[in-house]
Amino acid sequence: MNSCTERLKNGIITENPTFVMMLGMCPTLAVTSSAINGLGMGLSTTAVLVMSNLMISLLRKLIPDKVRIPAFIVVVASFVTVVQLLLEAYLPSLNSALGVYIPLIVVNCIILGRAEAYASKNPVLPSVFDGIGMGLGFTFGLTCIGICREVLGSGAIFGKTFIPDNFHITFFVLAPGAFLVLSFLTALQNKLKMPSATNVGAQGDIACGGNCAQCIGTSCAANKGILEAERAAEKAAKAKAAKEAAAKAKAAKEAAKKQEGKEKSQVAAAAAKEKED
Amino acid sequence: MSNLLNISSSPHVRSETSTKSIMYDVIIALLPATIFGIYNFGVKAAVLIATCIVACVLTEYIWQKAMKLPLTVSDGSAALTGLLLALNLSSTFPVWMAILGSVFAILIVKQLFGGLGQNFMNPALGARCFLMVSFAGRMTSFTYDGVTGATPLAIIKNGDKAASVAELLGAGGDQAVTSVRNMFLGNIAGTIGETSALALLLGAAYLLAKKIISWRIPVCYIATFAIFVLLFGGRGLDVTYLAAELFGGGLMLGAFFMATDYVTSPITPRGQVVFGILLGILTGVFRIFGASAEGVSYAIIISNLLVPLIEKVTIPVPFGKEGIKDGK
Repeated sequence: MNSCTERLKNGIITENPTFVMMLGMCPTLAVTSSAINGLGMGLSTTAVLVMSNLMISLLRKLIPDKVRIPAFIVVVASFVTVVQLLLEAYLPSLNSALGVYIPLIVVNCIILGRAEAYASKNPVLPSVFDGIGMGLGFTFGLTCIGICREVLGSGAIFGKTFIPDNFHITFFVLAPGAFLVLSFLTALQNKLKMPSATNVGAQGDIACGGNCAQCIGTSCAANKGILEAERAAEKAAKAKAAKEAAAKAKAAKEAAKKQEGKEKSQVAAAAAKEKED
Repeated sequence: MSNLLNISSSPHVRSETSTKSIMYDVIIALLPATIFGIYNFGVKAAVLIATCIVACVLTEYIWQKAMKLPLTVSDGSAALTGLLLALNLSSTFPVWMAILGSVFAILIVKQLFGGLGQNFMNPALGARCFLMVSFAGRMTSFTYDGVTGATPLAIIKNGDKAASVAELLGAGGDQAVTSVRNMFLGNIAGTIGETSALALLLGAAYLLAKKIISWRIPVCYIATFAIFVLLFGGRGLDVTYLAAELFGGGLMLGAFFMATDYVTSPITPRGQVVFGILLGILTGVFRIFGASAEGVSYAIIISNLLVPLIEKVTIPVPFGKEGIKDGK
């Protein structure tokens, strides 16, 4: 079960699809003009993501490697059709607000990405939780952007207006506002140094950010080796430096205690000692 | 004697010109238009201009203090941005919106991209377009002599195509009779700084005389635009119409003061010509085929985005390499 909670945290924070991985930018920018649209889009995507992860994980041993992408697409498209018909039946207003972006969930790179990177290689339960985590992360990102744009652009939250008409900055409801809000929220995420795949401090100089839990494939394995070697070397260098500093301090102390005439030989001795170390 | 023996590395001759002197020269050149704007639109215009300048300078100061950057407020670039922004606003524009625009200009267009010299588009025009998109109604309501009225360009654009331009302008109702002469002098509705072509041309002459700006961008811009209007304006060779299009709106302000911004215009001579022609065509397209009567600001910021490409294809050939082809 531990890996399930890890999957959730990974999706919502560490590898948040919107602010960290920058995936699914098209719906992110296009439908977040209000909080409810963002939430609706996020939840629709979550539903498709969970179901497709489940299905692909179940079928992972049956799908031939050569035709896996078309197979994934067929699975995803089936669920998108289901979601679209449900929305049309029960939430027609949301359906018309989201428009073409609901069918476009088929080509959302988060869904195909999770299928390819995780669900097709892992057991069912973690895959489902991976879908939930990623979906909630996406929903969280979209809703945040939607709230910011709605408050600034139309003075409302979830349709409840609380700022008078004169103070609405229409800019934020339009396309440029989407880019601006997204970039500001991403900058905020980076600035606050929230732990994420792109934000791991000193170990971040390797392309994958050193986040090896997520790694599959030979290049990443090689990366892991490099990373481990680097870390070991760093540790050794630090220990060595600390030792040398201690020896130096000791030598200096001793030298100060001795008489002036003897000092020179003492320093030489200390230097020799240092070399030995 | 010691002066003669003074040894130093090159350069031995330095220009007196600095960022600061250029910025203050541009501000001086804008003074005629500013003063005329205040005379024309009264205290409100003065308040708006002061607000924009103070807001821009303060934003830059606070940002640079907060980010522990070197303070560059004294070079006048922020003040110039504020002044240009104010000159691009209607005199009845609410003060808080002007402050918002100033913050947008300095913070988002200029400082977030690295400060002076790094901004990808003219900050004042970026802010103007931000305000235009956000508060379209407030940005396009103009008052002259206490009467809210359309700008001459809007009158011509929305007027009957069959009627002559002089008739359209004269039929302004309560307004003082608008004529091309008034448009040249500036006794018309419009933003604070754009109305008087005469005042702007005075400032432009100062800048050209001091060699702060080159003639290439403004001349190519205005000439291309004039040709475009003659070809596609739908009124044939109508001199009154041509003059109204040239002196109306923000063309003069844009061509001499904003398109020539050092940071966002090409530095290569051929590039400046290309840039001017592009501006002329875009402005013509926006004014004649677009929904709005005005298109200078959008034309300039779109062209600003193309400047890196223009510079890339117009790098001059170094002296002595003219005859060499294909790198042989």
